[in-house]
Amino acid sequence: SSSQDASLRKAHFDKVLIANRGEIACRVIRTAKKLGIKTVAVYSEVDANSLHVLEADEAYCIGPAPSAESYLSMDKIIEVCHRSGAQAIHPGYGFLSENAKFAERLAEEGIVFIGPPSSAIVSMGSKSESKNIMSAAGVPCVPGYHGTNQDPQHLFEESKGIGFPVLIKAIHGGGGKGMRTVHSEDEFMDALESAKRESQKAFGDADVLVEKYIVRPRHIEVQVFADMMGNAVSVWERDCSVQRRNQKIIEEAPAPGLTPELRADLSSKAVAAAKAVNYVGAGTVEFIFDNDTQQFYFMEMNTRLQVEHPVSEMVSGLDLVEWQLEVAAGNPLPLKQSEVPLIGHAFEARIYAENPRNNFLPDSGTMLYLSTPTPTHIFAPTFPPLIPAEGTSTDSGDVAPREVDTSVTVAPSLRLEQGFTQGSQIGVFYDPMIAKLVVHGRDRTEALRMLRRGLEEYKVVGLSTNVEFLLALASHEKFIAGDVETGFIPKYFDELFPPIPEPSSELLAQAGLYVALRDHPTQPADSTPWTTLQSRRFGGDVYERIISIQSDDAAPDAPPTTVHVKSVSPSTFDVTIRSPSGETLAMFPSVPAHLASPTSLRTTLGGAGLETTIVSQPPPAAVPASLAHGTMERLHIFSAGGRKTTLVLPTPGWLRSLGGDVLSGSKGALRAPMPSLVVEVRVKLGEKVVKGQPVVVLESMKTETVLRSDVDGVVKAVACAKGEMVEEGKELVDIESEEAESA
Amino acid sequence: MRRVPRIHAQYHASVLPSLISTASPEFKAKAEAMDSLVADLEAKAAQARLGGGQKAADRMRSKGKKLPRERLSLLLDPHTPFLELSSLAAHEVYAGETIPGAGMITGIGRISGRECMVVVNDATVKGGSYYPLTVKKHLRAQEIARENGLPCVYVVESGGAALPHQANVFPDKEHFGRIFYNMAQMSALGIPQIAIVHGISVAGGAYVPAMADENIIVREQGRIFLAGPPLVKAATGEEVDEETLGGGQMHSSESGVTDHLARDDEHAIAIARGIVGDLGAAGAKPGVPSAKSENPLYPASELHGIVGTDLRQAFDMRDVIARVVDGSRFREFKKEYGPTMVTGFAHIHGYQVGIVANNGILFSPSALKATHFIELCSQRQIPLLFMVNVTGYMVGSKAEKGGIAKDGAKMVRAVACADVPKLTVIVGGSFGAGNYGMAGRAYSPRFLWMWPNAKVSVMGSGQLSQVMTSVSKDPKQHASLKDEIEAQSTALYSTARLWDDGIIKPTDTRDVVGLGLALAARERNHRGRNGGSTTWDGEGRGYGVFRM
Repeated sequence: SSSQDASLRKAHFDKVLIANRGEIACRVIRTAKKLGIKTVAVYSEVDANSLHVLEADEAYCIGPAPSAESYLSMDKIIEVCHRSGAQAIHPGYGFLSENAKFAERLAEEGIVFIGPPSSAIVSMGSKSESKNIMSAAGVPCVPGYHGTNQDPQHLFEESKGIGFPVLIKAIHGGGGKGMRTVHSEDEFMDALESAKRESQKAFGDADVLVEKYIVRPRHIEVQVFADMMGNAVSVWERDCSVQRRNQKIIEEAPAPGLTPELRADLSSKAVAAAKAVNYVGAGTVEFIFDNDTQQFYFMEMNTRLQVEHPVSEMVSGLDLVEWQLEVAAGNPLPLKQSEVPLIGHAFEARIYAENPRNNFLPDSGTMLYLSTPTPTHIFAPTFPPLIPAEGTSTDSGDVAPREVDTSVTVAPSLRLEQGFTQGSQIGVFYDPMIAKLVVHGRDRTEALRMLRRGLEEYKVVGLSTNVEFLLALASHEKFIAGDVETGFIPKYFDELFPPIPEPSSELLAQAGLYVALRDHPTQPADSTPWTTLQSRRFGGDVYERIISIQSDDAAPDAPPTTVHVKSVSPSTFDVTIRSPSGETLAMFPSVPAHLASPTSLRTTLGGAGLETTIVSQPPPAAVPASLAHGTMERLHIFSAGGRKTTLVLPTPGWLRSLGGDVLSGSKGALRAPMPSLVVEVRVKLGEKVVKGQPVVVLESMKTETVLRSDVDGVVKAVACAKGEMVEEGKELVDIESEEAESA
Repeated sequence: MRRVPRIHAQYHASVLPSLISTASPEFKAKAEAMDSLVADLEAKAAQARLGGGQKAADRMRSKGKKLPRERLSLLLDPHTPFLELSSLAAHEVYAGETIPGAGMITGIGRISGRECMVVVNDATVKGGSYYPLTVKKHLRAQEIARENGLPCVYVVESGGAALPHQANVFPDKEHFGRIFYNMAQMSALGIPQIAIVHGISVAGGAYVPAMADENIIVREQGRIFLAGPPLVKAATGEEVDEETLGGGQMHSSESGVTDHLARDDEHAIAIARGIVGDLGAAGAKPGVPSAKSENPLYPASELHGIVGTDLRQAFDMRDVIARVVDGSRFREFKKEYGPTMVTGFAHIHGYQVGIVANNGILFSPSALKATHFIELCSQRQIPLLFMVNVTGYMVGSKAEKGGIAKDGAKMVRAVACADVPKLTVIVGGSFGAGNYGMAGRAYSPRFLWMWPNAKVSVMGSGQLSQVMTSVSKDPKQHASLKDEIEAQSTALYSTARLWDDGIIKPTDTRDVVGLGLALAARERNHRGRNGGSTTWDGEGRGYGVFRM
């Protein structure tokens, strides 16, 4: 704190190794740079050109792509640490961040682990142990019976004690199997019987536990920080209720609708939890909050710096990575509880490569195009020091009630935490999170406005992203009202996923203009009238370009809509949209249009000046043309309001015909349908295979694809190996069909 | 090439003043008359562009074919100029038959970044068969290609000669056979000849792809044979279908008549664009202008009111020049001498040009001044632009005594032998020997364009009436002959018969001439240096490309 005697302060490390990748590695490097600390990055072979490698002072390759052989390889990381002379390791989140063994190994090697002692990791790593510790420390846990007595009557009595509704869960369960919600006493026995039956069938064990069922739960967590002297503070709470696939996608601080007293209670309990395990460093105590009763219960403690730490930074004006380094160096916490600011409101939206409309399945591939909003801040905005009011500064461990301060004038701010650039491969080997968009405003309304604006300006091509979904979420009236709960997405599913509208005439006109304009020849340095008199025709003749367009979800051979672009002058065009049957859908006469950049079309349609980002995704060069949309050029159009529309430019028939010859000529050859990892090659050279036999197993971000032989024949060539990363269109195995042999 | 530094638009001794009054009733009346003539021209051109009409177009489309103008559009680089030639050829020429554009589209456009001559058969017009004027249009396109070193792309779909017209299509020197003669010679001169066979290409027509350096045929659509199945059956008794006899598959895999087998029209055109892209040094390089192009100071739209449509109303050609040349700058030569002739240097779209223009009847001094100027341009290798409005050379004893015939002959000789590209724009009349001195069709200008009001004939209508009375005493006969000659002197009559390369709008003059000068400035392959001559002289150039 400010009262700390400077002479007693321990020096920071000179050099820190970051045992992570992506945005968190970049985040740690930034703070280290700010403090003059040298940084050492480690990377896997596929990450050689990653942002974290470029930004660090030194970087070392620690192995091939699979995490187990690189980012999880303790030996290699420790070796690099010694080699580079780094004194400490920041583990980031994920990978080795909550690995007690790693923390122990580092202690043995004399390297500082920037995180809690391994004992705290162990204690908090066990669900049952952590709950026992918490109960002992007076931290409320979800009421339940986890015992071995499986007598139905006993379980029923326990349930009555907990209070209905209750949840019956299989002890060895998962995926919702063997799980029943019981709302009243008379339903209990039937539900228990069926849960046990299902659990026996699914897991070979009928044992169940009973827990309090919370109808409208919220996920609220508290950021805590503790130093080696036993001090601990709360940097307030975050609400991370809105989740999909049990993963957070949008977080905010503070939690909406909490009274100062409730906030103080949560923080006090979280601090107590940290102290109960002699915690050191940054940690998060997660609670389940019952929206109906305003009760909260301990769930677990995460012993790392979390993904969503920036929202806490934004409302407190702190740099939590700096605090981690401070604490790891052996210094006391820089602020007392009463000095920790709580100003305004912050959101974080996690931008993932995933397909929200397909059950949020992860996507992977190359980020062909990236355009982001311009950040206003690199770190959290700094706030004036907080002078505790008289009498509130107890610092006894209890946290005094705290109102959110909205009196401080803060300019809205926007931060981007990203570890990737245009051209990066996302989600093939590692987490498909692309970036975090972090905003802060004077209040929740202002912060949400910034969030929506930022999302509208976040443009990615090459991968499906959840940007539009996040935007729908941030625009939903219940979300705006702060009415969040963990079941938010299923509850408002239809409103969050409105039907995708047919592309408008304006959109099609812009797509047509874009294609026409980008195909115009560029002016050579040595110009002649043949180049400068663009589109000049005589006697009333006008050049017309006809562009065929399909929507992304159309059947590949469906007749296309056509956009007719007539060059009435070098820079004005008559644009007509015709339906597949040839009827005129719309006409825009004398439209001025030009490309402000290769991805930006400026035009005026119907009196409205538009600047639209349009990104072309060319088809893969080595894959023969076919009816598959993946082999056609796609246009990604970002219209006002952040909506992204993907249109397909159908490949001309003749090119598909040529592609068809190549494909039929190479019958038997199996090609990678997307960039993926070869998980297994199930055939050997010279082996006989039958039609339909699995030949290669590929994985592309958690989804396995089995390639099967489409002929009976003999394996003529195997051009891939297990663990190899293959490009889209690469021939993996060639099978000579028996028909060809006999023919 | 030396680059002249850019002169910014500022008052300069060579800037032509604009002394016309656009508010005067004369100006307005002239403008209105020209407006309606131009509107009529555009309407006729639009009609001609429709080719053989909707039914024929639908029939082609139903076979999966592209229409001739769609083929053209796909062939040319997008959003680039197209200088169409003689779009109103055969207009009202063949009694009882409408043959828009003579059943053929010709013109110069850019393909894969190179200017090319494109010759497109319009199969919607009488199956693309060759009428006499179709042949003439084809030959003229080849002549222009040869003179300017333009690679030729023939977009073929034609049944060959129109049999009822065979006597005017087949036997003579400038008839059908000349097409292949030209192809052979241009190939030898290093001017590439490319053919795309989109449909039938039969009998004599079969030689267009066969004579080409490189060709393409569309599968199950293009057909090349010397005689079709009925003729074959009659001659040899062999029964064979068209595809077996001359289809793309056969010619590409067996006979070797074709080089590339395309799936459809679009594919064939894509291949052709690839071929032109790979012409290497055989396609000449574009000639870059010596100065930066500047717009004239005065609007071209005023040309309508300056010139009008009544040739008897005089105008100052300098007012026309001021609306055509860069920065309206015109460095006049011998301004005070022979003032009915206007000569001087200017730039159009950055290209230097010597302008020879009329401001009245030609007297001896005018003819001498023009001769002197042409000699200057010839010596300096500056292309000549003739801006024509001439009633002829002066007549009468004074003129004859002054040796007008001798002086006129000097000018004609200079024009005939000038060793520089000539371009002619007939702005008003081109009558009598004035037509010769002002680079009429017989003097082989690289291009000859007419304004819609322009007239070409042996003499102006004024003289005509007087001559009539002296040769015949029947006034009835005078009137009908006079009407006939007047009808035959119009731009429309001329362009229908290919006495010119097309009627242009007055406001298009600058751009059309600029494109023509750009072609004239092309750096020719050395083998084509003497390509200006249309008579074969051998010179040990070999044979071009044989089809093997």
